Amino acid sequence: MAMLEGASSVDRLAPKVDAHEESLIRRIQNGEQELFYELVKPHERRVYTAAFAILRNPADAEEVAQEAMLKAFTHLKQFRAEARFSTWLIQIAVNEARMRLRKDHSEVMEPIGERQDDEGTYTPREFADWRELPSEALERSEIRQLLLEALASLKSKYREVFVLRDIHHLSIEEVAAILEISRASVKTRLLRARLMLRDFLAPRVAAGWFGREPFQKGNKPW
Amino acid sequence: MVISCEQVWQEISNYLENEVDPSLRASIEEHVRGCKRCTAVLDGTRNIIQLYGDDRLFQVPMGYGWRLRRRLADYMPGRRGTAYGWLIAVAALGLFTATLGLARSAASAPPTARSEHAQPGKGIPSGLTVLVAGHGKLFHIAGCTFIHEKDGPVRSMTAGEAIKEGYTPCTRCLGEYLSRLANLLRKQAWAVLLL
Repeated sequence: MAMLEGASSVDRLAPKVDAHEESLIRRIQNGEQELFYELVKPHERRVYTAAFAILRNPADAEEVAQEAMLKAFTHLKQFRAEARFSTWLIQIAVNEARMRLRKDHSEVMEPIGERQDDEGTYTPREFADWRELPSEALERSEIRQLLLEALASLKSKYREVFVLRDIHHLSIEEVAAILEISRASVKTRLLRARLMLRDFLAPRVAAGWFGREPFQKGNKPW
Repeated sequence: MVISCEQVWQEISNYLENEVDPSLRASIEEHVRGCKRCTAVLDGTRNIIQLYGDDRLFQVPMGYGWRLRRRLADYMPGRRGTAYGWLIAVAALGLFTATLGLARSAASAPPTARSEHAQPGKGIPSGLTVLVAGHGKLFHIAGCTFIHEKDGPVRSMTAGEAIKEGYTPCTRCLGEYLSRLANLLRKQAWAVLLL
């Protein structure tokens, strides 16, 4: 099965299954299936996020996340505790999301990125100063929306690497294993993704987008 | 070692992840100190990593966890169609019917009755062990504070036997017992139905 083909490469990674998780997995494998939700609950958000980063649609992401969980349940006996369980789950979600994209032919909707190829070096084009980072920035929905928009503007090969590394904090080796690409490719794509996102966001920051205070009654800006 | 802006940009990820050797690190820092463009790129890239690494960025749809749990529960084998499942369903139905029967029997007492002592113990399980006192007219649950020693020696028998002998239920202890039994059965029935 395609989903499990990549598992061999992930399994080569250092064992990182914690004792509680390992115990739960063993009990589920021995028939206590009702414990499965307890096992996956800490990872349900990451599975959704992985799917969302690829599909860019909440409804599709939720459906794919559910499918990934069901596949993980069905194939739990095949999980070898040589990799983190969360990594294995995310790999299933990534594969499911990719299959969904292929099925829906959504690749044609990929952003047209004349600068988004692996050839040559990426040259930043925006040099607006962006030293400050308001800690409360993410509490504002319009800023979250802008960040998601920036992420969605990346081609999937950059987005996938960026999401796994900078959002899920997987190691370079884990990302390489999940996406079945070389470590060097992961690093190249990651650098490009970060620089492209910076190019997208920096001008908006320079325009005061992040720092502006919402207009309040009685507090005129002049 | 003097390096160009392009070299700095190519090493920014490695620099931020501490994956450059000390001499390259020193060169990058020296370059950045005197280059506004590279400072902007470095600061911006660091901010990108910080912003996207924040858990608050992605919000799962409301009810996502609940729907996932439900989907998993529906998918689990053994939840539907097994003998065990049917057994639970039948038990639930039985308990529910018994509860309804008890409730109906309690509700169907003739409203004209002036004394509950005259009731012949409707709804009381006939096999229930009760106590009667020799000269008394009531039968009780063990431990009832209304069993009087002055009524003579206390005997044990089933509720059915006590009713046949003309004893009537003590409204204190048996009333409370029936009420508790009905509540217990109702709770059990709901618990099984909600499984």
